[in-house]
Amino acid sequence: MSDITSQSLFELTSNIKEKKLSSEEITKAFIDRAEKSKKLNVYVTDNFEKAIDQSKKFDSNPNFDLKLPGIPIAVKDLFCTNGVRTTAGSKILNNFVPTYESTVTQNLWSQGAILLGKLNCDEFAMGSSNETSFFGNVQNPVGENLVPGGSSGGSSAAVAANLTPVTIGTDTGGSIRQPASFTGTVGLKPTYGSCSRYGIVAFASSLDQAGPMTKNVRDCSMLLEVISSFDQKDSTSIDYKRNCYSKELSKDIKGKKIGIPKEYRVDNMPDKIEQLWKNGISYAKDCGAEIIDISLPHTNYALPTYYIVAPAEASSNLARYDGVKYGFRSPGQNLIEMYEKTRSEGFGDEVKRRIMIGTYVLSSGYYDAYYLKAQKVRQLIKKDFDDAFSKVDAILTPSTPSSAFKIGEKTNDPVSMYLNDIFTVPINLAGLPGISIPAGKDKNNYPLGLQVIGKPFDEQNILNISYALEDKINFKNDISDWWLSE
Amino acid sequence: MSKNSEYLIERENKQYEVIIGLEVHAQVTSESKLFSQSSTKFGAEPNTQVSLVDAAFPGMLPVINEFCIEQAIKTGIGLKAKINKKSVFDRKNYFYADLPQGYQISQYKYPIVGEGKVILDMPNGQKEIGIERLHLEQDAGKSIHDIDPNNTLVDLNRSGVALMEIVSKPDLRSPDEVNVYIKKLRSIMRYLGTCDGNMQEGSLRADVNVSVRLKGETEFGTRCEIKNVNSIKFMQMAIISEANRQIDLLEEGKEIDQETRLFDTKRNETRSMRSKEDAHDYRYFPDPDLLPLEISQELIEKIKSDIPELPDEKKKRFIDKFNLSPYEATILVSDIETSNFFEEVIKNSDVKLATNWITGELFAVLNEKNLEISQSPVSAKNLSKLINLIKDGTISGKIAKTVFEQMIDGDQDPLIIVKEKGLKQESDPKAIEELINKVIENNSDKVAEYKSGKDKLFGFFVGQAMKESKGKGNPQLINKILKEKLNG
Repeated sequence: MSDITSQSLFELTSNIKEKKLSSEEITKAFIDRAEKSKKLNVYVTDNFEKAIDQSKKFDSNPNFDLKLPGIPIAVKDLFCTNGVRTTAGSKILNNFVPTYESTVTQNLWSQGAILLGKLNCDEFAMGSSNETSFFGNVQNPVGENLVPGGSSGGSSAAVAANLTPVTIGTDTGGSIRQPASFTGTVGLKPTYGSCSRYGIVAFASSLDQAGPMTKNVRDCSMLLEVISSFDQKDSTSIDYKRNCYSKELSKDIKGKKIGIPKEYRVDNMPDKIEQLWKNGISYAKDCGAEIIDISLPHTNYALPTYYIVAPAEASSNLARYDGVKYGFRSPGQNLIEMYEKTRSEGFGDEVKRRIMIGTYVLSSGYYDAYYLKAQKVRQLIKKDFDDAFSKVDAILTPSTPSSAFKIGEKTNDPVSMYLNDIFTVPINLAGLPGISIPAGKDKNNYPLGLQVIGKPFDEQNILNISYALEDKINFKNDISDWWLSE
Repeated sequence: MSKNSEYLIERENKQYEVIIGLEVHAQVTSESKLFSQSSTKFGAEPNTQVSLVDAAFPGMLPVINEFCIEQAIKTGIGLKAKINKKSVFDRKNYFYADLPQGYQISQYKYPIVGEGKVILDMPNGQKEIGIERLHLEQDAGKSIHDIDPNNTLVDLNRSGVALMEIVSKPDLRSPDEVNVYIKKLRSIMRYLGTCDGNMQEGSLRADVNVSVRLKGETEFGTRCEIKNVNSIKFMQMAIISEANRQIDLLEEGKEIDQETRLFDTKRNETRSMRSKEDAHDYRYFPDPDLLPLEISQELIEKIKSDIPELPDEKKKRFIDKFNLSPYEATILVSDIETSNFFEEVIKNSDVKLATNWITGELFAVLNEKNLEISQSPVSAKNLSKLINLIKDGTISGKIAKTVFEQMIDGDQDPLIIVKEKGLKQESDPKAIEELINKVIENNSDKVAEYKSGKDKLFGFFVGQAMKESKGKGNPQLINKILKEKLNG
């Protein structure tokens, strides 16, 4: 048996069910490794003591019918966890301990999983490098001083570094898929309405979705099966029949039509990415898929549209952090002064930038020119996909226009940072499912991902295509454990 | 409406007309809040009816309370208004300590109810007031400034309670019309059970828009909005004071600034709260946590079929069926409890007498004791018994008043009172004749005067006869026999 922490969710689950491993052994193995991995800074809050107790409790009365029997899992610190501090990577929630549980994490615990701790992320999920977190940078296990992507950077790093078997992140404009791509892991953003948003600290309500982040596609299907559920507590949750994704997982994609959008060939894209994309196309052909050139004409407008819609919603969603009811408060002589001090000191620069952009685009006199127009363009982007999906079953693109960059490299250039999301934001705007799988490496040996985009509620199809491609690509991460301390 | 009934404010040969529009905030009658399951019960300890949603905890999401939607539709139907099959909840963004989300969920561009109307019964005829729209919104919490000397305290019990904002067109022209409009609106909602209209508990409040113009002008003047006035009396005072303030400005050749004002009830004047320049930019946008609200025709039909008879229809029925005057009918239908009481009384008794007794004696007692008809000290059942006693001649109207006074004390049965006190009317002609003979004998001088032409003395004889009967003589009989005796 290989080292416990390097095992996939599928292996760990099998080993537990076959009683080759106990929940306690597994939990302790991940905790031991975490203790030696502080340099990566993936944890904002750990739950190690309670996790060990819970693993013992599981072992004393195990239920092997569960889908995640005694499996320890760390989650992004954007999910509210009952009794465990939830910060959203922000000073303003530094001391916030929820008395309630998000639906998605509750789904994990209901299937036997155990909370290991809360993983670092960009503040309020606003960022593409995990550098906006109040709790500091996360190191990408792929290489020292490399960003792990964002906003689910602690999550992607934790999976890549074998600090959690799987994790869940959230994706508003690419926050699952881009970090997955940067760390050589798998990340899926489900169809909007698939996973409940109840109990997830909101960034942009019409775009936010939780999703699995895993070592491989099979684990991804297993985790999606657990977290996706209809929830009456979220009015945008959609009641539809969800698949048993792991059971129906298949590499047979013969006859599937896969679209290749010409608009995703952007200027200055590294040759290596172009090469990997071509490889992906030929692998798909090898598997019997039919490749079809398609056009998504409004792709260029996706990023500006996203950077109007998302900040607009965020500016309103973050208004509740005012120092009155919970979280950080900086006292003032009067209410206005208290607000100003609390929010100036409590929020970081990127969050403040987006609140200002959002406030501006919703202001009277600008609303029509920005917010309303952006909503119209959003419809056009959605229509592009609808048209494309009348011809194809899925779309294959690169996940990101570049590989992981150095910490600090883009912090003073927000626009270049925003460009990271160019291939992922259109999918959020259209509410579609998208998955990033590792596809190869660039000249520095940094991982790069390919993205498979599907029709609404067609997660099974993109999982199957990814499963087939994963097999052909046969990606190996070769992480050296450079950060481990004794 | 006739000219002399117009409400005009005079200034040196000039007459100003006052234009009023109301935005009424009516609390929806509902067990739970608009987007959460917390209780809406009035008077609970502070912050005991607050859910995680109401307090805007991170990750909490609103889920619409369908009952409140039905209540709004019902009210819309009561206002003869268009029900919009698609409406949208927007966020109205502003910061305040008692607004936990930092925004109020309201309806801006697409309200649930569109144009409708309310008919006012004014002394000189009916007047129609247009309704611009009705939309649903959340109430905020309450800031309490006078408990702690250094801090403002916040009570979130009201936070998230469903309100209907009912916006009238600028069709109101006087404080009297405002009075009748609010009462009519309240009456309709109470008939429907969609708002209890309790102004003391803040279930009904209004923002009052006032502008003035010279009589005969067709353009509206610049308006000011007086925020959050919570009684009809204060609305009327605020309108009079504000209209006069505006007219004074115009008379001085000054301009009126469009602004939001507050009414200071102690000083009976409005004062500026914020000018147009300082007006909040609420940055309305559709709430992405809520899907657009879609209402099916089936639901509208279902609600329509449950609508009770409303005041206007009831009034028409009372006039047609019971031959009441419009004035009497208006009074009796003004409140559903009153009309129910009336209908209960007339089940077993005379309509005309019931009308007079309810609008006369009973209302006087209720007024005096400051009671609602639902708290009436005399039940409908006993009042109808009393009326029957009058109708069948057992007691006179005068005696009935004495009986009624006793009935008030613990809703006593009038039959028992009449029996115990021996108040039964004397209707035996022989007995009456005897007692009239006695009166004539004892007042021969007056009889002579009467016969010599002093007709007015007839009343004196009636009084004496009544006195002789200790008030129990049947007045019709006394009249009849006296006439025979004196004129015979």
